[in-house]
Amino acid sequence: MAENHKKAAGRLCYLCNQRRAALKRPKTLEQICRECFYEVFEEEIHQVIVKNQLFKPGERIAIGASGGKDSTVLAYVLSELNRRHNYGLDLFLLSVDEGITGYRDDSLETVKRNEIQYGLPLKIVSYKDLYGWTMDEIVKMIGLKNNCTFCGVFRRQALDRGAALLKVDKLVTGHNADDIAETVLLNILRGDIARLSRCTSITTGEDGPIPRCKPFKYTYEKEIVMYAYFKRLDYFSTECIYSPNAYRGFAREFIKDLERMRPRAILDIIKSGEDFRISTSTKMPEQGTCERCGYISSQKWCKACVLLEGLNKGLPKLGIGRSRGLDNNHRKDVKQSNGTNNIEGKQCGSLDF
Amino acid sequence: MQLTLEFGGGLELLCDSVKIHNVDVSPNNEVDELTMKDLLVWVRANLIKERPEMFMKDDSVRPGVLVLVNDCDWELSGQLDTPLEEKDVVVFISTLHGG
Repeated sequence: MAENHKKAAGRLCYLCNQRRAALKRPKTLEQICRECFYEVFEEEIHQVIVKNQLFKPGERIAIGASGGKDSTVLAYVLSELNRRHNYGLDLFLLSVDEGITGYRDDSLETVKRNEIQYGLPLKIVSYKDLYGWTMDEIVKMIGLKNNCTFCGVFRRQALDRGAALLKVDKLVTGHNADDIAETVLLNILRGDIARLSRCTSITTGEDGPIPRCKPFKYTYEKEIVMYAYFKRLDYFSTECIYSPNAYRGFAREFIKDLERMRPRAILDIIKSGEDFRISTSTKMPEQGTCERCGYISSQKWCKACVLLEGLNKGLPKLGIGRSRGLDNNHRKDVKQSNGTNNIEGKQCGSLDF
Repeated sequence: MQLTLEFGGGLELLCDSVKIHNVDVSPNNEVDELTMKDLLVWVRANLIKERPEMFMKDDSVRPGVLVLVNDCDWELSGQLDTPLEEKDVVVFISTLHGG
């Protein structure tokens, strides 16, 4: 390889001052070499885990694994850190098979390889088993409108069910800083104040059955992809065949444009999201369970059951769209902010859990 | 000029799902130099078969596409002004596909 380039020869790593710099960190603009990059990348995630007390020794942790870059790097880094710093965690890979031919079946093959590569036990839960429908069948019935709503609601619950089957204490997901900034922006665009205040939390659902956390909350997507590339990690990258999700895609592109001009913008948007506060004091409604399936719900039936009922009765529009009236907007938002039946983070377009 | 171009992170789908392309690109100008800016024009014209907007925006790569020249982030070598040499390896990786 042409390492003898004149143009690169003068650039030494800002940290070790010995090796050739290989990338510019978006967070700090430092030019650092590969080896120092691995070190600071992993160490920062370790610090986030320690400072936020994400794990306790002896816990069983499921890693939501889609086979994509974020969850693949998360599985790799977490198992490294678990060994290096003696977290004492039992790690598992948890994947959801939505039943999307030509997309999820391929990405699951990646997860199966990761199972062997990282020595982590893998559990796959499928929509077909849980709900009796694959996404292929759902799309055949309802078309390409609202299909992401079904997928998002079903996935959230599927992950919880998979986590329950694995008897884990927590579920970690690969949401990165770019994803969170994007979600902050989307929640502002939608006027969804409840989700806005929640989407930046590093841990959510502590009042629910299985808390979720995001160790990559402050990790730039660029660094995740660079890390995966330099380490030659095996990941899958194809857009879901059913999800154009133009609105989210637009927000995503906007964030990337901002990042190009000022990389700090991503962390600043997260900071803004964190610092927003709802000014009213509102009552929190009681937490209930779905009368049909027993899953946590603030309504009589959980969202998945409402959607399923629609599918099974041939009324797929059931449960789609906002049912709330104008005057109880705020109430409904607060209800959902209990952290249970919310569909959070990236559903699709940027797929994953 | 012989170059190796690699497309990853989903970008390979824009060029017939082929990840690695060994190509011969001749500089257009008289000074006989090739920069990344020239290469991008060439790639768009010769390799990208569909949805060029997933690869480029204006005269650069689309934000969110990482570029490495000989395994070095092109942000260190001048981005579009990065000069290319014989046998260079240029990698394009999209970060925009799911996680």
